[in-house]
Amino acid sequence: MDATVQAQSGRTFGKPDLQGVGVSTGLVVLLLVAAGVSLSVGRYPVGFWDLATIAGGWIGLGPGRAGVEETAWRVVELVRAPRVLVAALCGAGLALAGATLQGIFRNPLVGPQMIGVSSGAAFGGALAILLVLGAAALIGLAFVFGLLAVMIVYLVSRQDGRSPILMLVLAGVVVSALFGALVSLLTYLADPNDTLPAIVFWLMGSFAVASFTKVAIVAAALVLFGLPLLMMRFGINLLSLGDEEAEALGVPVERTRWIALICVTAITASTVAIAGIVGWVGLVVPHLARMVVGPDHRRLLPASALLGASYMIVVDTVARTLTPAEIPLGVLTAIIGAPIFGILLRRTQRRGWEA
Amino acid sequence: MIAAEDIGFRYPRSDAWVFRDLSFQIGAGQIFGILGPNGRGKTTLLKCLVGLIKTSAGTLHLPDAIGYVPQGFSTPFAYTAMDIVLMGRARQIGTFGSPRAHDRTLAAAAMTDLGIERFADRLVTSLSGGERQMVLIARALASEAPIMILDEPTAALDFRNQSIVLHVLHRLSRERGLTIVMTTHHPQHALEIADAALLLQDGHRHAVGPIAETLTENHLTDLYGLPVRAAEFAHDDRRSTTMIPILHSARQPSP
Repeated sequence: MDATVQAQSGRTFGKPDLQGVGVSTGLVVLLLVAAGVSLSVGRYPVGFWDLATIAGGWIGLGPGRAGVEETAWRVVELVRAPRVLVAALCGAGLALAGATLQGIFRNPLVGPQMIGVSSGAAFGGALAILLVLGAAALIGLAFVFGLLAVMIVYLVSRQDGRSPILMLVLAGVVVSALFGALVSLLTYLADPNDTLPAIVFWLMGSFAVASFTKVAIVAAALVLFGLPLLMMRFGINLLSLGDEEAEALGVPVERTRWIALICVTAITASTVAIAGIVGWVGLVVPHLARMVVGPDHRRLLPASALLGASYMIVVDTVARTLTPAEIPLGVLTAIIGAPIFGILLRRTQRRGWEA
Repeated sequence: MIAAEDIGFRYPRSDAWVFRDLSFQIGAGQIFGILGPNGRGKTTLLKCLVGLIKTSAGTLHLPDAIGYVPQGFSTPFAYTAMDIVLMGRARQIGTFGSPRAHDRTLAAAAMTDLGIERFADRLVTSLSGGERQMVLIARALASEAPIMILDEPTAALDFRNQSIVLHVLHRLSRERGLTIVMTTHHPQHALEIADAALLLQDGHRHAVGPIAETLTENHLTDLYGLPVRAAEFAHDDRRSTTMIPILHSARQPSP
């Protein structure tokens, strides 16, 4: 029997995964193309060869910035590069967070807004702006209140040592509503000539004032909390079976789910702190990724991260080039995301959540 | 393998026992059937045996690892059959791990053993009820647990698939020495493959013992509250027994 098994498994499962390699290569190429286009277009267009010359300099090929006009490399390296990087990292983080939440809540309609992180972080950030506490405090308070919101959701939903999915989602709605009201209160209290517009524009979301400090912050959050998520993606498959089945298979359900939730919270709060509330990305991108690689979270999580990065770069490029004044990012992601999501909903109603 | 001593269960803040004073032993390699009318605690007892809920009284000894076969899937995601079988390796893979070649080999071997390797790459949503049941059994097999606990493995299956599943369970028990515990609504199925049975009458009354002593006309008549007769028949040099409910109102001969 062993010989047959070997032969069978060799035929069915031992083949090098050419399709998987092709898809990953495609997603990486897409990301590079999106980044390249985003670096070259804008109020000061940079041609393909100039961009290639500058990019060549980064990896030690050719003359680099010496080969192009000073304005060109200043625009690319100091203005657009950090912006593209922040957009890519935030997009990757939000999509990763969304794909994880959809898996552990076994519900493809869930996004990072669902569990209250976004609104908690929004309140923290708005509070920092209202009190004019500076950038560091904004990030810190967004983190703290994002986590606080999740902790409240946790305590409200807990019964007999467990947090049933339905209770978690309902508690998320309640806590989101609470922090939404508190944000409204802050905008009501804010000075209409100074802090009010600051809060409103921050909440709408933007990558306009990107810097390498911001890149470092989001990158650090992604490494610290995104890598654990990527490592536990088989565990997310298991959690998507439901609590009882996962537990019967030997998974420490509560512990695994909370590790995942804390990682999702930290990633989401860091993106909210840096770019405001950028909705819909965490909801829509995992669906698009599922259409490409299928529902297995071992592939879905990395694919969502890559696709989220490309998606965010494209949306941000549109936001800053479509009209003379920048369109707020959160507005644009909703305008693009809502119809896509509507189409997906109709599709899946007919076919189930295969793609 | 499993030893239960005066175990009982009742929900927190409730006085009514779902079952109590249950004592039985399930030996290694045995097939153990659990029967009883709807709502008498079969599923609750099964969850205790799987370790999903704790008994409220008595002592229950369980092996470290159990292969559990639920009645079906409830995930909204369309995984492939292979993905599902691989999940049986969760205990060995751990929270931060991924399946390795060894896990894939074992999962493939489990599917091959059950003759379902040909739909390893198919989406479980496209499989029939019988095929899904086999995928879930393969998953329990891939876990390498010495005991398999099944929740009504023949429910929702057609006549032929019921037989196939029973045959597979019997073979796994004899070839691998696997201990098998299953609930069922068909006394027939227990008679076909089980070595011993537990009849759950209500919270306080139950019968347990070797199959020939528990699945009798009298016990079943008492258990289900309708007259049951045993019918014996011979086939292939063997004698088999089946249990038939006598429905007096049905098929009355016309005068």
